[in-house]
Amino acid sequence: MAACGGPGNPRAAAGPSTVLAYIIRRLFAVVVMLLVITLVTFGIFFLIPKWVGVDPATYFIGKQADPASLEGIRKKMGLDDPILVQFGKFLWGLVAGRDYANGTDVTHCSAPCFGYSFRNEQAIWPVLTDRLPVTMQLAAGACVIWVVVGVGTGVVSALKRGSALDRTLMTVALAGVSLPIYFTGMIALAVVVYGLGWIDGQYVPFGESASGWFGGMLLPWVTLAFLYAAMYARMTRATMLEIMGEDYIRTARAKGLREPVVIGKHAMRSTMTPVLTILGMDLGALVGGAILTETTFSLPGIGQAAVKAISDKDFPLILGVTLIAAVAVVVANLLVDLLYAVVDPRVRLS
Amino acid sequence: MTDLPIQKSGTGADSAPNEPVAGKAKPTAFLEVRDLKVHFPTDDGLVKSVDGLSFQLEKGKTLGIVGESGSGKSVTSLAIMGLHRAGQYGRSKARMSGEIWLEGRELISADPDEVRRLRGKDVAMIFQDPLSAMHPYFTVGAQIVEAYRVHHDVSKAVARKRAIEMLDRVGIPQPDKRVDDYPHQFSGGMRQRAMIAMALSNNPDLLIADEPTTALDVTVQAQILDLIRDLQKEFGSAVIIITHDLGVVAELADDILVMYGGRCVERGPADKVFYEPQHPYTWGLLGSMPRLDRERTERLNPVKGSPPSLINVPSGCAFHPRCPYAELTGGASTTVVPELSEVGSRHHAACHLSAADRERIWTEEIAPKL
Repeated sequence: MAACGGPGNPRAAAGPSTVLAYIIRRLFAVVVMLLVITLVTFGIFFLIPKWVGVDPATYFIGKQADPASLEGIRKKMGLDDPILVQFGKFLWGLVAGRDYANGTDVTHCSAPCFGYSFRNEQAIWPVLTDRLPVTMQLAAGACVIWVVVGVGTGVVSALKRGSALDRTLMTVALAGVSLPIYFTGMIALAVVVYGLGWIDGQYVPFGESASGWFGGMLLPWVTLAFLYAAMYARMTRATMLEIMGEDYIRTARAKGLREPVVIGKHAMRSTMTPVLTILGMDLGALVGGAILTETTFSLPGIGQAAVKAISDKDFPLILGVTLIAAVAVVVANLLVDLLYAVVDPRVRLS
Repeated sequence: MTDLPIQKSGTGADSAPNEPVAGKAKPTAFLEVRDLKVHFPTDDGLVKSVDGLSFQLEKGKTLGIVGESGSGKSVTSLAIMGLHRAGQYGRSKARMSGEIWLEGRELISADPDEVRRLRGKDVAMIFQDPLSAMHPYFTVGAQIVEAYRVHHDVSKAVARKRAIEMLDRVGIPQPDKRVDDYPHQFSGGMRQRAMIAMALSNNPDLLIADEPTTALDVTVQAQILDLIRDLQKEFGSAVIIITHDLGVVAELADDILVMYGGRCVERGPADKVFYEPQHPYTWGLLGSMPRLDRERTERLNPVKGSPPSLINVPSGCAFHPRCPYAELTGGASTTVVPELSEVGSRHHAACHLSAADRERIWTEEIAPKL
């Protein structure tokens, strides 16, 4: 504690140094957590081939390869090293890059080195950095839609509780949370792209064509936002209803405040706090890959890479995708906790 | 408090709520409540939270409204504040009838926005639990500033000065610093002081205190009551103090109104109600109050049974199922709703017992045990 109040003063102000110390402690915990996640993922994917009796070198060059080539790959990729040595080399590669050498030729993999894909021998990291922006664009665009629509719907529903409007909106929201993306996405594609032919529904990078990009992202945004808007509408409505029953709302009215101020200032301030928290978590999780959306709409994002990696048994890529997702979730968690201390004065970081 | 005219208190059967009340003569009293009814339709039936309540209050005087949970005390205070009609949220289904006259204005038939403008300015309220009554995300100062600026067109700086001045007045130390604290940084007593500062920042003519000490430590309770009394003298407000604690009203009230099942069963000057109570329910309340100034001889005598259902109010006198003397009324208490009748100077009670019976029971059975 930076400062303590006098007697009868139960406050303990959190100074900047306290907050900084908190952040450092949390970052340390984040690093430890990521290490554990990496170890477990690494362990699973590099032990499985041993358990099932498959030579991991065959993943690179196929089962029909001649023993000499296999031996070369094993040596180059260090597949004969003990697991902990392999893990240590992997970690080092993440931080400083590494050289794969088999005595005759050397392949340099610059940091952060996630290794090479089994399938096409591409370095993993550039694959991830190519795909991450697509996923982030998807998440960010959908997020804007679902926050506006979801929170707005929830507030209206709460204020008109029991009305026909409320029942209609909540029925739609129930449908929204119940229908999977691959269902709503397919319907959207069938109607808008194949039926009406308004847009062609193909992903185009923003750099190539802004309008093409927008047309390609629109359906994924709306489809993904529909699911989340439905969840947020239900959550906002429930929170709002609870808040409107709070004593401090009665106090606000007892002051003579107009109802729009009571709702817009006093009730919304409390309602937005849990919404922000969930929003941070959801965004973190989405950056780790909107698997269903990206697959349905053939968006070249992290989630699509994950699906491909798993079906290809491309362990290095799975490891890379997993780590990206873990980092996104863990960092989002940290940001949410920091944000929470900003929006709720009762929360102290210590 | 002038002479209480005996209002024909509605029996609930002959005048339905929301019916225009005949003869809206302007009263002379500062606050006059006439035949107030507040009913809530629910799936289980009509909840008659307040069912025919009348009283008067003069400026500078304190009325204590006493009763157990569910007797209609808080509903009455919210009705005076106009809070049953505030806000479209949930479309409060309260059905109100009767009249509430505040300084010559009738509030029940008034435009809700007109009542809103009175709220916080002419009538202010403090609540039971000061922690939950303050918004956790705004500073104490911001909340007082807001209350002041609703009714005063002043800058934030001026309102902040007013907030600091009020915090100082209610005894918050270092008010210029604590004004920027959040409610959770205050102790319970300080929070209630801050609520009082907020309520009094607009110099209200009427202060309604709904169980203002119930959530506080005993040691703090007396301080808050002292503060309310001092401020009442200083500001000249009328005060309605709502409580289930007879000790609180004994401390503050000029008049006492005892509520049971949404109706007034006894009202009169505080010392009359305390020393010559006329209603068996009032006796029960007094009997269940621990006394430190007497030797402890026997156990407390709680009022037996539970509060009445407000949907199916017992026939006749709502108290008759719990009244030990009901059979003395010859069946009247189970069939006829007792009207308030004068039992002394400015002292009224709604009881079927004969004056002789009441006198005998009070002097022989009740008073010796208190």
